[in-house]
Amino acid sequence: MNSSDIKTNKVTSDKTKNKKTDRFRLSIKSAPYVFISPFFILFLIFGVFPILYSFFLSFHSWDGIGQMEFVGLSNYAYVLNDDWFWESVKNTFIIFILTTIPQHIIALSLAFVLNSGFVKMKEFFRGSYFLPYITSAVAIALVFDVILGHRSGLLNAILIQLETLPPFAFLFDSVGLDLPVRWLAEARWIRFSIAGLVTWRFTGWNMLIYFAGLQNIPNSLYEAAEIDGANKRQVFTNVTLPLLRPMIFFGVTMSIIGNLQLFEEPFILVGGDGGAGRAGMTTAMYLFRTGFHWRQFGEGSAMAYILAIFIVILSLASRKIFHKENDL
Amino acid sequence: MKNSIRGSIKKSLLYIVLFLGVLITFFPFFYMFVLATRSRAEIFSSTQTLWFGDHFINNLQILRDSVPIFRNLFNSIFVATIGTAFTMFFCALGGYGFAKYDFKWKDKLFFAMLATMMIPGLLSIIPWFIMMNYFGWMDTFYPFIIPGIANAFGIFLMRQFMESIPGDIIDAARIDGCGEFEIFCRIILPISKTGLSALGILTFLGSWNALMGPLLILQSEEMWTLPVALTRLADSAGVDYGATMVGASIAVVPIIVVFVIGSKKFMAGMLEGATKG
Repeated sequence: MNSSDIKTNKVTSDKTKNKKTDRFRLSIKSAPYVFISPFFILFLIFGVFPILYSFFLSFHSWDGIGQMEFVGLSNYAYVLNDDWFWESVKNTFIIFILTTIPQHIIALSLAFVLNSGFVKMKEFFRGSYFLPYITSAVAIALVFDVILGHRSGLLNAILIQLETLPPFAFLFDSVGLDLPVRWLAEARWIRFSIAGLVTWRFTGWNMLIYFAGLQNIPNSLYEAAEIDGANKRQVFTNVTLPLLRPMIFFGVTMSIIGNLQLFEEPFILVGGDGGAGRAGMTTAMYLFRTGFHWRQFGEGSAMAYILAIFIVILSLASRKIFHKENDL
Repeated sequence: MKNSIRGSIKKSLLYIVLFLGVLITFFPFFYMFVLATRSRAEIFSSTQTLWFGDHFINNLQILRDSVPIFRNLFNSIFVATIGTAFTMFFCALGGYGFAKYDFKWKDKLFFAMLATMMIPGLLSIIPWFIMMNYFGWMDTFYPFIIPGIANAFGIFLMRQFMESIPGDIIDAARIDGCGEFEIFCRIILPISKTGLSALGILTFLGSWNALMGPLLILQSEEMWTLPVALTRLADSAGVDYGATMVGASIAVVPIIVVFVIGSKKFMAGMLEGATKG
């Protein structure tokens, strides 16, 4: 047998193999459907079904064990008349405002500075600021728990030192800071503490989004602005900001979806009951408590739908503010 | 001259602010490690300690007496690794389907998939819990592996990367007799490393840090992942902060190591993915 024989032999054997597996072979037409099908199948089972089931449950009273009972709209009525629910909504919104605004302002400025070319060690700064985002919320919340302690906490110790300097003393006095502050035990400070932790965790993430957006802006635009005699601030407000609007819309929308469902940080920082005056009880925590602690699946589901409506309304508002017709 | 002095003052001010930011991001980690080496009494004394002590071994012992921390560590590694491997494969597959084929309803399906990302996860948490119970998946790792293996965000990210793959090499492989799936495994996967590593790191992080689901599903302490173990530890009466900080460090150190090693690739991947939007 010479080599060409072997070759033909191999080809024919390949062909028979192909014929055998032809049935399992994907055609160009069917392949993409097969490739994307895992998502749609899983989403049907673990996404669509639970959402519909949640809707169904929201009209029933059920503890997961006993008889399910149709109760019409009374779960919704109950939730909407529940003081604790509205308190949780208030807490969630306050924390949302207290963290989202500083997060995005700091993130935008950092991204702008790091992108502008006159800072060295860009990668070091970028990586450092991103670090909090990657770490476990639970672990970090536990550290903040110690830092924010009342008598032995580090933050209070630092503030007490600062208070010896007159300008700080005046500043603390004017914002009503009574040292040592009960950061995690006094209702009015709890929300600041939670917002601080959330800001610490997510500013780096937003910075990365904005940084990516800034890289999309062609340098020629900056050069043109500079030739026209614009200074850095003018460049930022007149060139950068408008062009970043789609990214701001994306970032703010993600913050809305994430912060309105805030759970882990307050859950660890002040505990599942929301801490003093329940000031740290977010709607997500209250939902968790209603559903799994008290086993009120129906009311929990109604609450989930009401919260989802709030999220939709806020997202639409953000769209109205940051999104223009000709964007993406 | 005057201008350049003002410029350099401005510049140094800028660096001071930037380094202050780094200090704020790094400090809690540093402090966590410090506290892990301090005794409970030292942590709660009114004198501040900012340097390492000698109670680490002792704290670790207390920690191991309260939770099976190394078993929990193993669980976290196991769930995150298996979940990430499957997720990378299936999201790449879906991303490839959307990036390199033309088919009926492609745009509509893609848009529908993107829209699902806007659905708040809390909406389905109660039924999800009931379902897991019904499937007999309580106290198992399936709920954290299977539902997420083909997720919208991952597929979207992979599609972004794969759009730029030249169609020629795919056609050439077809002419050579490669099947569609074979092309994906042999050609597409190997050249999508940047995208895969970005997706891999994000998925790993998500799984490693997940709390609410594991808190509901994992009931026996041998099955707890690290965040659940830490939560239970913090909930227990008479929390020993030194021991808790050892646990927190165990949860944080592997992630920092992974990030420092993969950070360059990851950042490149994220920025590339985003700029292709």
